[in-house]
Amino acid sequence: MEFQIFGLGILTWLVFIPIIGMAIILLLPDKNRNAMRWTAVSVTGIQVILAGIIFFIFDRDKLGINDAESFQFIEKFSWITVESVPWVGRIEISYFLGLDGLSVLMVILTSLIGFIGVISSWNIDKMVKGYFSLYLLLVTGMMGVFVALDFFLFFIFWEAMLLPMYFLIGLWGGPRREYAAIKFFLYTFVGGILMLLTMLALYFSVAYTDPVTGQSVHTFNILHMMNPSNYVEGGLLSGVDTTWRYVAWMALFINFAIKIPLFPFHTWLPDAHVEAPTPISVILAGVLLKLGTYGLLRINFPIFPDATMYFMYFMAALGAISIIYGAFCAMAQTDFKKLIAYSSVSHMGIVVLGIAALNTQGMVGGVLQMFNHGIITAVLFLAVGVLYDRAHTRGLNDFGGVAKQMPKYTGIAMIGMFAALGLPGLNGFVSELFSFLGAFESYRWITMIAVTGIIITAAYILWTIQRVFLGEKSEKVKNLADLTPREYLAFLPLIILIILLGIYPAPAIELMNSSLSHLVEFVVNGGQ
Amino acid sequence: MIEHTLHSISFFIPEIILVITLCVLIVADMAANPKSQIGGWILLVGLLLAGVFTVLQSGATDSVFYDMIAADPFSRFFKILLILAGLFVVLFSMQNNEFDDYKERMGEYYMLITGMMIGMFFMVSSTNLLLLYLAFEVTSISSYVLAGFTKRERKSAEASMKYIIYGAVSSGVMLYGLSLLVGVTASTDIYAINEALTEGIDQYLILNISIVMIMVGMGFKIAVVPFHFWAPDVYEGAPITVTAILAVGSKIAAFGLLIRFFTIVYVDSSGISETGIWSAVDGVHWDILLGGMAALAMIVGNLTALRQDNIKRMLAYSSIAHAGYLLMGLVILAEQGISSILIYLFIYLFMNLGAFYVAMLFSNRFKTESIKGYKGLGFRAPLQSVGLTIFLVSLTGLPPTGGFIAKLYIFGAAVSGGWIWLVAVAGITTIISLFYYIRVVRNMFFFRPEGEADKVEFGYGSTVVLMLLLIPTLILGIYFEPVLEFAKLSIQMFGV
Repeated sequence: MEFQIFGLGILTWLVFIPIIGMAIILLLPDKNRNAMRWTAVSVTGIQVILAGIIFFIFDRDKLGINDAESFQFIEKFSWITVESVPWVGRIEISYFLGLDGLSVLMVILTSLIGFIGVISSWNIDKMVKGYFSLYLLLVTGMMGVFVALDFFLFFIFWEAMLLPMYFLIGLWGGPRREYAAIKFFLYTFVGGILMLLTMLALYFSVAYTDPVTGQSVHTFNILHMMNPSNYVEGGLLSGVDTTWRYVAWMALFINFAIKIPLFPFHTWLPDAHVEAPTPISVILAGVLLKLGTYGLLRINFPIFPDATMYFMYFMAALGAISIIYGAFCAMAQTDFKKLIAYSSVSHMGIVVLGIAALNTQGMVGGVLQMFNHGIITAVLFLAVGVLYDRAHTRGLNDFGGVAKQMPKYTGIAMIGMFAALGLPGLNGFVSELFSFLGAFESYRWITMIAVTGIIITAAYILWTIQRVFLGEKSEKVKNLADLTPREYLAFLPLIILIILLGIYPAPAIELMNSSLSHLVEFVVNGGQ
Repeated sequence: MIEHTLHSISFFIPEIILVITLCVLIVADMAANPKSQIGGWILLVGLLLAGVFTVLQSGATDSVFYDMIAADPFSRFFKILLILAGLFVVLFSMQNNEFDDYKERMGEYYMLITGMMIGMFFMVSSTNLLLLYLAFEVTSISSYVLAGFTKRERKSAEASMKYIIYGAVSSGVMLYGLSLLVGVTASTDIYAINEALTEGIDQYLILNISIVMIMVGMGFKIAVVPFHFWAPDVYEGAPITVTAILAVGSKIAAFGLLIRFFTIVYVDSSGISETGIWSAVDGVHWDILLGGMAALAMIVGNLTALRQDNIKRMLAYSSIAHAGYLLMGLVILAEQGISSILIYLFIYLFMNLGAFYVAMLFSNRFKTESIKGYKGLGFRAPLQSVGLTIFLVSLTGLPPTGGFIAKLYIFGAAVSGGWIWLVAVAGITTIISLFYYIRVVRNMFFFRPEGEADKVEFGYGSTVVLMLLLIPTLILGIYFEPVLEFAKLSIQMFGV
């Protein structure tokens, strides 16, 4: 489908429009803080509009995944081509963007969360110019990862997120921000190096034959890496079920597991969340964590179907451990933000369990859970931010009786809490149900154990509600004002989506159903 | 004979220009006002002219002066890099406050730089052991004097002394190794030596000893473990512009020499095929020797850099680590490795000089070389601090900077050559390197400046120089095809 604006495809605009905004912000004089804020809002607003357009014209029947023809909004330019190097043939890196059912929902999520993050950044007064420049750079990185179909490009976007995030946590964060920032940086960088090495090994193992010239071309194209017939004779990762393929799968898996974050790679998350400013927590939980599971589905599953099948129990087990471990940890917290951070570990475990089931139900449930979790945690972090802005504490035991003091706020926060708990009628329920259904088909025992996590989740959420919202008004709560219009604006779209997708999830499921069924089939058949 | 000489001279114009520049500098030093910066300008013009004539020669491949010197794309690549490094160092020197007390001696300084440039030009192009050793010594002796140029500073004098002692010993050992090699093969021409080695010789033990001894001298020049001990002290003590030319220029030249020497002498030339993959001569596993040294350099360099507080010392250890990464390209015995070394050096030039430049500006203005002293500088000198951040991020190897492309190609070469363990070491040490690079960034931005905290102006001149280094570092991270092409065309060596 051709859809162009000023000669450039819609995806290019979607990815790079924040960079334009960043340039404008950098050129504005230091005093003009409101102009900077409005620039950021307009830029992310345009992204939401573009994502909306994509939602309406996206063709639900096209498969994508491994077939370049059925991707949509494709943009492909040759970026680096070096001809006839004697020992390897041609070298090719391309600027290759495209959408399929797997990525379209993530793109919509990213634009939405990015927009809401800007709204909730309004009261940041420290170094506004730097803040919004880095913020927009971060948005470009995230958007880029979701639309890139060239591994090199994917990697560039992936790593481009690191530095902005490091500064956003380290400069605008809480008291232990430095420690949290470097911990985040380090964990992700370790993963990045693993991914880099695997990417190189793949690159040298894959060469497709140019249909026009008949040359053998080494390429970073992810889709070519999925085709078993493109692997060169004697390449490190050629063949099926070889040790090196398992090693490569594991290296990639660790990289993505750090981002997800999956037990035992999760320890950076609570620190980062607690220290990060509210909007950055929202971005972190809302979008960044999804990059991990997205990477598994985009790269690990289709490029290494053999290794994926080999490690599927391992993946499911880690998912189940994360669900239960995260829930127990959440229960033990007295810091509101830390509690939500651990609940993220738990909920992302559901995603991993769902996609590890390798059937359509589980896969759809998992991807939908990625989207839903993004929205729900965004609400929860915004809710904590509202309280923290007013009371300057996040201690669960410091509050009490908020419901009496701030009824409107309580209403909205409760919707988020109940959605996280998995209450039927709200969106969390649908995706958790699908994930567990799919997982149950594949792994009875693991799933039966994992489901107990739901009970623990209910326990800690209800207990939190009781401690914070119910009971008598505590000292801290007495003078707190209810929501401002700006805060409403940030909550509103998310709450609407929570309810809408809880009652009628079909629009989201339709977007991805055919692609994900194809992905399952592709992996189960060993890449055929 | 006259014809041959004339023909040779036509390939020799850049060197002649440099020699003329040296003469002009001597005259100008005597004639002109000692306070003026005339020497710097003369050297800039000389280097530019030499650069133009080097570029004009491109394409031709020949062996000149009775097989003493190779005029090939490989040597021209290195000469262009050296000229770029020289140009930047001269620009730095004209702004360096360390030389304020030595104004009347600046003529000498530029002469020594010119002498070093001439030596380095010969290092990357000589194909005869005699000339090779002479070039090596010309470069070394100029740099010994340069390291102690600010002689009233204790540290500078000490640095010079240490440098001479280490340098003299290691080049002595190298000379001994070279003489053993000549003894075994009865020739001083590297092609003839290679022929003799390919045909097979009897004394493999002696050959192996000679390789180790030669590596002592070359390892000293590129500052690779275990011959690196001089580097931190000299880098710290020498004036920062001299440190920059040692860390960049001298390293580039030494790599030119090392690559040419090893890939011509110790390669089984009967086995070179169209594939661009070689094998080492029988009985000598120098690839394993160099691989081990590379691993050691990466480990020691990066680990030791963690504990440094002086920025020059930290950059010294980081440059040891980078020598390790660079050596990885040589051990895989393939053209691909060589071209990735060239790409790495090209990018390394900009990012490392950039880091030294900002360090110099900070030491000029804030009188600190201590990383602890960098606290809050991000708010007092925003542009320079952002620049330093980008250079350090690039040295770490994060996209989208040039340093990433450099690492990508060198790692890629090692992966395709099957040196997985070496790449694993490189990957782990890269992660370690993040710590000490990012610590500088942290100090600059995560602390509020203490005391007087006005923004500091650095002037147009310094901004222009900074941009000249910063823009290539960033552009090369996104659009690097020209460098790939340039490197690919430059790996043709005369006689390979």
